[in-house]
Amino acid sequence: MSEAATTQKSPAAPRLRALLAPAALQKLLAFASLVLLLIYFSIASPAFMQTDNMINILQATAVNGVLAIASTFVIITAGIDLSVGTLMTFCAVIAGVVLTFWGLPMWIGLIAALAAGALCGAVSGTLVAKAKIPPFIATLGMMLLLKGLSLVISRDKPIYFNDTPGFTSISQESLLGEFVPSLPIPNAAMILFIVAILASIVLNRTALGRYTFAIGSNEEAVRLSGVNVDRWKIAIYSLGGGICGLAGLLLASRINSAQPALGQGYELDAIAAVVIGGTSLSGGAGTILGTIIGAFIMSVLTNGLRIMSVAQEWQFAVTGIIIILAVFADMLRRKRT
Amino acid sequence: MLLVEAKDIYKSFPGVRALAGARFELMPGEVHALMGENGAGKSTLMKILAGIYTRDSGEIRYDGALVDFAGPREAQQAGIGIIHQELQLMNHLTVAQNIFIGREPKRAFGLLLDDDRLNRDASALLAHLNIGIDPRTVVGGLTVARQQMVEIAKALSFNSRVLIMDEPTAALNNAEIAELFKMIRELKGRGVGIIYISHKMDELKQIADRVTVLRDGEYVGTVDAATTSMATIIGMMVGRTISDERLVGANAPGEVVLDVRHLECGPLVRDVSFSVRRGEILGFAGLMGAGRTEVARAVFGADRPQSGEIHVHGKKCAIRTPEHAVVAGIGYLSEDRKRFGLALGMDVEANVVMSNLSRYLSFAGFLKAEPMRRAAEKFIRMLNIRTPSAAQEVRLLSGGNQQKVVVAKWLDRDCDVLFFDEPTRGIDVGAKAEIYKLLRTLADQGKAIVMISSELPEILRMSDRIVVMCEGRITGELAPEQATQERIMELATQREAAKAA
Repeated sequence: MSEAATTQKSPAAPRLRALLAPAALQKLLAFASLVLLLIYFSIASPAFMQTDNMINILQATAVNGVLAIASTFVIITAGIDLSVGTLMTFCAVIAGVVLTFWGLPMWIGLIAALAAGALCGAVSGTLVAKAKIPPFIATLGMMLLLKGLSLVISRDKPIYFNDTPGFTSISQESLLGEFVPSLPIPNAAMILFIVAILASIVLNRTALGRYTFAIGSNEEAVRLSGVNVDRWKIAIYSLGGGICGLAGLLLASRINSAQPALGQGYELDAIAAVVIGGTSLSGGAGTILGTIIGAFIMSVLTNGLRIMSVAQEWQFAVTGIIIILAVFADMLRRKRT
Repeated sequence: MLLVEAKDIYKSFPGVRALAGARFELMPGEVHALMGENGAGKSTLMKILAGIYTRDSGEIRYDGALVDFAGPREAQQAGIGIIHQELQLMNHLTVAQNIFIGREPKRAFGLLLDDDRLNRDASALLAHLNIGIDPRTVVGGLTVARQQMVEIAKALSFNSRVLIMDEPTAALNNAEIAELFKMIRELKGRGVGIIYISHKMDELKQIADRVTVLRDGEYVGTVDAATTSMATIIGMMVGRTISDERLVGANAPGEVVLDVRHLECGPLVRDVSFSVRRGEILGFAGLMGAGRTEVARAVFGADRPQSGEIHVHGKKCAIRTPEHAVVAGIGYLSEDRKRFGLALGMDVEANVVMSNLSRYLSFAGFLKAEPMRRAAEKFIRMLNIRTPSAAQEVRLLSGGNQQKVVVAKWLDRDCDVLFFDEPTRGIDVGAKAEIYKLLRTLADQGKAIVMISSELPEILRMSDRIVVMCEGRITGELAPEQATQERIMELATQREAAKAA
């Protein structure tokens, strides 16, 4: 009887527990923090709630948010991808080569960028899954490799997309604003939301998503269930890479150029967004919604502090404190369970 | 005068009652063996005594005074040392550094470590114990037996008066065991009380003065080791004579389903050949480390065999990964469910469908929620898994119910051959009986079952045929009518060197 006692409670109990579960609580916490930040900044500075500024925030969140979504998959497998930032740049440079150097049609450039991302992700995934190189090291190598390649391919100069009309509209214009003039949400933000919804579906409703969680939860058990873990890992890193390619297109479109020196440092912002959103670095748990909230907290914080004319050095310091607090909350949560 | 006296000790873990009224006493200079089946509560009781666990209730007297240790350090300083089955040494440090870890002698106002004194003290201690090891040796380079000596020296460096040894001979060969026993006798002569946990009956006669038996966390009795027969002690351990109630299959075994020939895989799988028939339960007996788990892992493709052939349904299969094994219809239920069998943080449903996810994919590649839920609920009913719902996280279930979830995972995959590695480890008695019934039902339904178990009563009760392993080799095969605990133990200890001599 002793074993029944711990597991059999009234049917309402699990539902109540789920609602009060630290994981759910933390998501609420993150969302509440975002709302508090928005309220605080709009009171502190009248310039903050202006439409232009909101569009700025959305634009800034789009790139980091998409990168963070890519990172979320890898982090849920208990891995890490340090190459997302420079991979993003690499993909933008590839688009630049295809469109500006070679003058090919736009759709080929877009596909080339996405394919380059997926391919690089597959390489990272293969290094991790097959060569058993720890993800931190494998993707650190990829990060530097891609940084170098971007500079080589672009001949160390920005590539502009002036010959490709329409390229900048990927990020900058607002398709939604055409139809609903009161909601001039830039395309980049719409793309972020669409990617988030798709990623959420993949994560929660497909075999790839299921194995993402399962591998992070207990990789060996999954392997011993007869699942080809290596192949799924490569798939997960490839998916992440492809999403980085999209981020590269968004960024390039926004600044109308591929800047080969840009990119390093973005991976840490992405990881920060993921962690603030409640995804555990030890794997097995995480949500896309949390990541999006995390990405918004990062960009609202940066934007708000800038608008309040807080010195850049203090912006860094505050962001650092926020990240540490978020991870601390994660530790508390894990200790309690 | 009693050195240690523990009375009415109770301890529960989530889902398991580990101790219920256990008692134990120890006199100075006595070697007192603590016996019981796996899960009887021996290790739990000792961990409570050594301050690693806290008891729920009961009292412990040490040297006549009531004690309540807050942690292992406190118990150690009071003079109770414990040597765990898995040695707790830092492999990269030297012998001396290991012995005095956390108590390093310092010099220069405590700023620097005094390595000279460290090694001198360690030298003196080792000499005092007649252990011939240089304190400057790195521990990782020593044999397991010597590492154990270091552990003993470390425990005694606290001037321990009580030394708890949990299965100290599990990894030792005969010469090393003799050396260990010599040391134990010497400590005994100095008045150290030794609590000795072991499964090996023959050792008790050699070394123990008294034997206390626990069963299902309860105290059964204390007897004199010299005058009590092994049969009596075994009887006390198992209670009712479990081996008599054999669970026999409904049908005679059918055709050979799995045929393994000359399998070689590392040091613990050497020229292993066996076969299993439809409807049969093949018991794999042997001591810990005999290579039974390794055989299962090699057949299952979890470790890559060097050579040998595996035939399933008469067809040769190249099994290099677990994926291949599953496709060939072989399932493996690991001895360590938590590490290798389950994704503990995921729910019952996700675990049940894990090895068979492709069956639940829609044409567009989405997981079909409804069929997955139905499958999970089917198995919850069929195997009587006690869980509030299919959405319950597996880590919240008891050991027996977790085991059933693993079973469900493989049933969902509909494998023909199932390897059960220690299927009842860490499961309490009621749930064990259910698992036994389940194994027999599965066999009757036409599965071929390989059951690896270190519990002889379980092997005798369940098996249609018994294979015994020792040091990576199959040393014999027994029909159930020929099999006795003694006969199995004889084969299980039939070392290659001894055989040659």
